[in-house]
Amino acid sequence: MPGTDLSIQIGALTLANPLIAASGCFGYGVEYAEAVDLSTLGGVAVKGLFLKEREGHPPERIVETPSGMLNAIGLQGIGVHRFVREKLPELRRLRATVIVNICGSTLDEYVELARILSDAEGVAALELNISCPNIKEGGITFGCSLHGTFDVVSAVKKVTPLPVIPKLTPNVTDVASLARASEDAGADAVSLVNTFLAMAIDVETRRPILSNIVGGLSGPAIRPIAVRMVYECRRAVKIPVVGMGGIASARDALEFIIAGASAVQVGTANFVDPFIWGKLLDGVTDYMRRHGVERVADLVGTIDTTAREKQWISS
Amino acid sequence: MIRNTRLSSDYNVIALEAPDIAAATQPGQFVMVKSGRSGDPLLRRPFSVFEVLRSNTRVDGLTLLSKRIGVTTSMLFDAVEGDTISCLGPLGRPFELVDPPAEAWMVAGGVGLAPFATLGEALLARGTQTTLFYGARSGAELFYLDWFRSRGIRLVLSTEDGSVGDRARITIPLERQLRELGSGPSRASGRPEPVEGRIPDPGSRPESEVMVYACGPEPMLEAVARVAAKFKRPSQVSVERTMGCGMGGCYSCVIPVRDAAGSERTRPTTHHYVRSCIGGPVFRGDEIAWD
Repeated sequence: MPGTDLSIQIGALTLANPLIAASGCFGYGVEYAEAVDLSTLGGVAVKGLFLKEREGHPPERIVETPSGMLNAIGLQGIGVHRFVREKLPELRRLRATVIVNICGSTLDEYVELARILSDAEGVAALELNISCPNIKEGGITFGCSLHGTFDVVSAVKKVTPLPVIPKLTPNVTDVASLARASEDAGADAVSLVNTFLAMAIDVETRRPILSNIVGGLSGPAIRPIAVRMVYECRRAVKIPVVGMGGIASARDALEFIIAGASAVQVGTANFVDPFIWGKLLDGVTDYMRRHGVERVADLVGTIDTTAREKQWISS
Repeated sequence: MIRNTRLSSDYNVIALEAPDIAAATQPGQFVMVKSGRSGDPLLRRPFSVFEVLRSNTRVDGLTLLSKRIGVTTSMLFDAVEGDTISCLGPLGRPFELVDPPAEAWMVAGGVGLAPFATLGEALLARGTQTTLFYGARSGAELFYLDWFRSRGIRLVLSTEDGSVGDRARITIPLERQLRELGSGPSRASGRPEPVEGRIPDPGSRPESEVMVYACGPEPMLEAVARVAAKFKRPSQVSVERTMGCGMGGCYSCVIPVRDAAGSERTRPTTHHYVRSCIGGPVFRGDEIAWD
């Protein structure tokens, strides 16, 4: 039996398999090195980095909701310089495919971040965070408009040879138009969805539970909406779509791939089960064997929307 | 799950067959527990390892002390023998132990008793004199007293209703005994001490080292840290913050920690947030920015 080919192409970048640890849900990757061999992942999207160190929001920062969680961490982080100095060598040693998620308050900051990371050794791709719902000054101002998305992607593309993947917000009327703007600006892929803007209130105290009042909803609760958005984007653009939103099993990952995702990211489920990666990969491989699919790339976007033949059902 | 022992209408002790986790656990470490397989609750919850179970020389498992408050603790309260409870660990930075002649004073509030069974055993194994200050709402909520007493741990008790021990929060007897002990030797107290020829106060033991350990509600931890500092005694506190993953991935369980003196910061504040799952749950009482 021929082996299954799990590799995926994102621009010039080849991923060993379509499973990527989602930014903001995997620290800087090194935190999980004891639980999972990082080199076995398709990619590791590290926590969003600004130029400078950031303190983040005061607690409470998360609250659990049915089949999901809301977070407003506020992009606490060590900044790009400390990342390059302190984390990247370790990630190189662990042979991780590192996707660095970058956030800026201005166009210049994105460009500066892209320059620094292009010069650093061991960065495989840049994910542009233009969709964090939890900070006022961040890239969401770019990510909510077609012009903003176009401008930031094209500015970054000009200064880096690395694949550029803008991460899109679902908190818009038409996410597919943002994907098109990204493609027009030269993006190598798009990733979606970031979290859905949401809130939770303690009715006894009548206070919001999160210190930031609102936060981003993730987890299985958002999966069907995310699948729909990935499907819409796949139809709108030719560049690869990286799908995410509540993936907690191989079946969920396959749902995104069939809807049109070339690769998938897993976030919240990793919190519950840091050993999930092997199970996901086994499940996808098993599915490919059962369905006679040799290359996972051949599964991408294979959703069948043709009308079904009517069948008589005896009552 | 090999045993569910109900201690009251809210408290129970769950025994889990988890020899590998139990054998690797150091006092103060925790496990992340997932009860049930559904998406509600979705996330794991942190629990201190209460006891490490041994038969002869073998480690068989561990227990968790739980108080029924939310969904996960209710499921743990209702769990029956044979249930599978997913348990991730051991996680976190453990307590630092002290050796004789230093003494250990452990301060527990309610379900904050949990880390002190393993800590007490580890301290006694080193020959360290150990005291447990233990406060609860009432005498009916003071558990495992014989367990600690029979191992040679001195008990100081208090209850909010006065049914057992002082009618006070546990920090009141703690402060009284710290005062009786006098100030610690390592740092100068109010007035300068002559290097030689110093006459100690009768009855006080100013040369003895005492390490104060605390676990319980955060206001209690703050009070313990402050009263320990007042008498120049070092303290270690085990905090509990809303936790998402327990492994440093989500940055939700942060606690403000004072910046080191002279550290260069680009932020306006004098503290920084540290993930209590991997930077803690045990912190020095004086490193947390309580206000």
